[in-house]
Amino acid sequence: MKYVDEFRDGERARGLAAALRQEAQPGRHYRLMEFCGGHTHAVFRYGIPDLLPDNIELVHGPGCPVCVLPTGRLDMAMRLVLDHPEVILASYGDMLRVPGSERRSLLQARADGADVRMVYSISDALELARTNPQRQVVFFGIGFETTTPPTALGILEARRSALDNFSVFCNHVLTPAAMQAILNVDPASEESVEIDGFIGPSHVSVVIGSDSYAFCAGQYHKPVVIAGFEPLDVLQSILMLVRQLNEGRAEIENQYTRAVTSQGNAKAQQVVQEVFTLRPTFEWRGLGQIPTSALAISDDYAIFDAEKRFAMRYVPAAGTKGCECPAVLRGAKKPIDCKLFATACSPESPLGSCMVSDEGACAAYFTYGRFREDALQRQSQQRAAVKARRQA
Amino acid sequence: MCLAIPVQITELMDNDRALASAGGVVREIGTALVDDLQVGDYVILHVGYALSKLDEQEALQTLQTMEQMGALTEVTA
Ligand code: SF4
Repeated sequence: MKYVDEFRDGERARGLAAALRQEAQPGRHYRLMEFCGGHTHAVFRYGIPDLLPDNIELVHGPGCPVCVLPTGRLDMAMRLVLDHPEVILASYGDMLRVPGSERRSLLQARADGADVRMVYSISDALELARTNPQRQVVFFGIGFETTTPPTALGILEARRSALDNFSVFCNHVLTPAAMQAILNVDPASEESVEIDGFIGPSHVSVVIGSDSYAFCAGQYHKPVVIAGFEPLDVLQSILMLVRQLNEGRAEIENQYTRAVTSQGNAKAQQVVQEVFTLRPTFEWRGLGQIPTSALAISDDYAIFDAEKRFAMRYVPAAGTKGCECPAVLRGAKKPIDCKLFATACSPESPLGSCMVSDEGACAAYFTYGRFREDALQRQSQQRAAVKARRQA
Repeated sequence: MCLAIPVQITELMDNDRALASAGGVVREIGTALVDDLQVGDYVILHVGYALSKLDEQEALQTLQTMEQMGALTEVTA
């Protein structure tokens, strides 16, 4: 397939891996966070850790929308379908399997009689509203800047065709705010993760543009390389980061120039601006409350806001006991640091959100990384030792 | 669910819709977010919508840079 196969070529991969081995300086430890869960998935699927020298460590970030939605927001959706039999809840598939409070998922709610439908796109949800005029169709809107423009288009379409039995439960979140929250963690705190640079998101950046990360370099002196999704993209981006760090530079570089520009997709930004407004604050699993990190439906489109239509209320709730998702999402722990990993928790019966979606770090470890557990365990112990030394 | 894939536009339709093919599988997608689409263009498809066009020149350039970054090693190694 064009734009895919050539970016998976083994010959080029060996060349880049050799350059990395040569250029990574032995006395140095490079901790690079791949923000986006899609990258986490690619990293494990293609065995990228095996190609890296030991002193380049990939830290998995919170860029998985299903993973970062806090339990309390999922509970809201759960209460909505259970309390309102007239509602059809239309959701992307991954969201259905995340355990809410008392470990119940939307799939279990469906088994108990709630009308929950899996959709691939918001246009499927609009179609459900058209074909079920006597019902209320609520689209469970989740995701970063990539899914937000389609949700905006769906709301605009609902207004155009006066679909008054359609609304959106909006949980859209913003990438730069989350990166800032990670960079703001007090280095002296238990939870701190030292990060030397970011492998920047691919498709979020398609929408918002590479200039959106300027604060990482300016304010925090951390380099960012926007990276494509294929294994060669990731390897090249790691090499670009290593070169920046070796040279003491902190710049925003773009490896994914075939799709990402400095300004992003203006049309997509404009529909988002039209339909949404910033929430003053929003809770993230693992990162807590982050100011101006999420979107709500603006007053002009309030009739399409499910939270208002059904007077939904947010009650914070705890995740599964023992689940380390919060620390995993901050990059402070690896999935294998969780006692439930691959014992009680697996993709077939996930106990936390990070085991559900393909982009979740726990799911990626489980699916592709189990045979590397030993190597990872060692790395994790080394990290703990380094940290203990730093704190001593 | 953030996974997005490159697809090729095979037919433009009304109302900002188009048919697109990925490895032989053809589906209908929304194109309201991308201007000036032509049949034959490649776009990034995400949750049913095209997010942007893929730039062939830039792709070739990236592959070349990769080779240079890798090749450099062989010369100096
Ligand atoms: S392995 Fe399961 S329980 Fe443990 S952190 Fe991951 S998702 Fe949570």
